[in-house]
Amino acid sequence: MKILVAIKRVVDHNVRIRVRPDGSGVETQGVRISMNPFCKHAVEAAVQLGEAGHGDEIVVVSIGPKAATDVILTALAMGAHRGILIETDTDLETLAIAKLLAKVVAEESPDIVLLGKQAVDDDSNHVGQMLAALTNRPQATFASEIKVVGQQLEVTREIDSGRETIAIPLPAIVTADLRLNTPRNAALPMVMKARSKPLAIRPVAEFGVDLTPRLTVEKISPPPERVAGKTVGSVPELAAYIAGEVSQMEAL
Amino acid sequence: MSVLIIADHDLGKLSPATARIVHAVAELGPIDVLVVGENAQNVASDAAQLAGVQKVLVAETASTTDTDLAIIETLAQSYRYVVQSAGSVGRDRMPALAARLDLMPVTDIIEILGPNRFVRPIYAGNALQTITDNQPRHILTVRASAFRAAATGNAATIETVESPTASVARLIATHRTESDTPDLSTAQIVVGGGIALGSAENFQLIERLAKKLNAAIGATRAAVDAGYAPNDWQVGQTGKIIAPDLYIAIGISGALQHLAGIQGAKKIVAINSDPEAPLVKLADAALIGDLFEIIPQLIDELDKAGVR
Ligand SMILES: Cc1cc2nc3c(=O)[nH]c(=O)nc-3n(C[C@H](O)[C@H](O)[C@H](O)COP(=O)(O)OP(=O)(O)OC[C@H]3O[C@@H](n4cnc5c(N)ncnc54)[C@H](O)[C@@H]3O)c2cc1C
Ligand SMILES: Nc1ncnc2c1ncn2[C@@H]1O[C@H](COP(=O)(O)O)[C@@H](O)[C@H]1O
Repeated sequence: MKILVAIKRVVDHNVRIRVRPDGSGVETQGVRISMNPFCKHAVEAAVQLGEAGHGDEIVVVSIGPKAATDVILTALAMGAHRGILIETDTDLETLAIAKLLAKVVAEESPDIVLLGKQAVDDDSNHVGQMLAALTNRPQATFASEIKVVGQQLEVTREIDSGRETIAIPLPAIVTADLRLNTPRNAALPMVMKARSKPLAIRPVAEFGVDLTPRLTVEKISPPPERVAGKTVGSVPELAAYIAGEVSQMEAL
Repeated sequence: MSVLIIADHDLGKLSPATARIVHAVAELGPIDVLVVGENAQNVASDAAQLAGVQKVLVAETASTTDTDLAIIETLAQSYRYVVQSAGSVGRDRMPALAARLDLMPVTDIIEILGPNRFVRPIYAGNALQTITDNQPRHILTVRASAFRAAATGNAATIETVESPTASVARLIATHRTESDTPDLSTAQIVVGGGIALGSAENFQLIERLAKKLNAAIGATRAAVDAGYAPNDWQVGQTGKIIAPDLYIAIGISGALQHLAGIQGAKKIVAINSDPEAPLVKLADAALIGDLFEIIPQLIDELDKAGVR
């Protein structure tokens, strides 16, 4: 089986971001960048499927600037076999990303496409579902467990009421949640080896996808600030505070 | 032109989120509500009572991704807006629907500024995007926690719509959390517990306090990962978004991914042994100390104060 994994380069999830005072966006210069955490779980899932004999070839694809080769190299070090960078310096909308990925799916015909459930910069949670729609493949989103059973996938999904397990036929699209696995840290020899694995860099124009944005972002602003905290000195004081809040709610 | 809202429901009950979505989009046009599900009549009559609803459409079939999409895609042609709450079902369906219609969706809306202007959080809520959507039609998900519920007392008409038969997806098992606590996403009071609880057994302390206050129960990702609490209790960037009047965070540090879920909370109480914890710094009332000593005393004090 062939597995395609889509990975995004984002501002590291531990960075406390700063909104530019002019409302034009979030400061991304000089901050730590890394692979979107959900994508790491997607790569790990692909590698584990490979180790279990379900993936002969794992291809990773990222859409972004030249610097995104870094996250591709990380995925190759984790065990993916081949990388594709679709190079663009423009921030693309999720629909455009999904259309580009659909082109890659058409070229590569993977049996399974794995994505993160969401990118921690735009927090969209769109691309996997859009890709499923565009390629007319079944989707299993928010996966916390993936099993290959014959020509089917059994996927456990994290949903609002708990979890559910569904079966979908292959080829299929799966988006990874954080409890799917524990991503490995690649050992040094794997990091070295990653550099010799094939990595194709292709300009975005090559794919003939209309990338014109559909939405206009008027501005980016910081969220309202909370007033600084106060401490109370004892349990009875805290109980009085809570009781006060509760009786206010009941009065309404 | 009008609005189609996809109802969320579970165990034959309309989810409290749907009433909030109805209220949120009331200004956008006349509202129809679609219910997809087996034995959906109760859900449909609940939806018909919501003020502002013109018509309830019912498709009597098991709700799966592809079934829902097939039904909604056909109906979508006659509406300017298709809207669902930003819960796990809406997140699963609406982006796929948008792609099928060659539209960009606007998701996780927390404020509606006009017919095509919306505010949504990015970067775990650390920035807000104001968006203009000039597309001819709008596919939206809305965060229920950011809006109040529509009133009841309406009696909208209920109509049946065609539903396709086969779905490619087959449901094998559900693992649901049995709990009689209020719905987390829309609860007025939430008691949340972190990794500091130390075990699933100890987590019952959180449940006891929640019961005392008739509150919903929340947890951090760390507590869920450790198996102290089920995944559907997780609050934060990847869990549920809550906006209670009162959030009581116990043994929770306040990582930015957790804070992403509680930005709408009106009042925050923190119980933590570390005075430097981020949650302590932003709590309206914080008590520094050992949760294992504090919670039992707190429950006694609340009893004395005659709370519920
Ligand atoms: C992509 C991504 C998404 C994430 N999404 C979420 C999410 O949706 N929700 C979420 O919660 N997290 C999420 N996380 C995890 C998050 O970063 C934190 O790791 C997590 O919130 C920490 O949980 P905690 O507060 O329980 O644990 P800790 O950070 O370890 O904090 C425990 C706290 O308990 C206090 N404490 C210890 N002992 C006691 C005691 N006896 N009495 C009182 N206080 C005590 C400590 O002082 C400390 O402040 C995400 C992480 C990533 C990378
Ligand atoms: N620029 C990109 N390049 C490759 N994959 C992407 C890109 N953007 C999003 N994805 C994939 O889609 C998932 C969901 O992203 P999003 O819909 O933006 O939240 C990510 O976890 C990635 O797997």
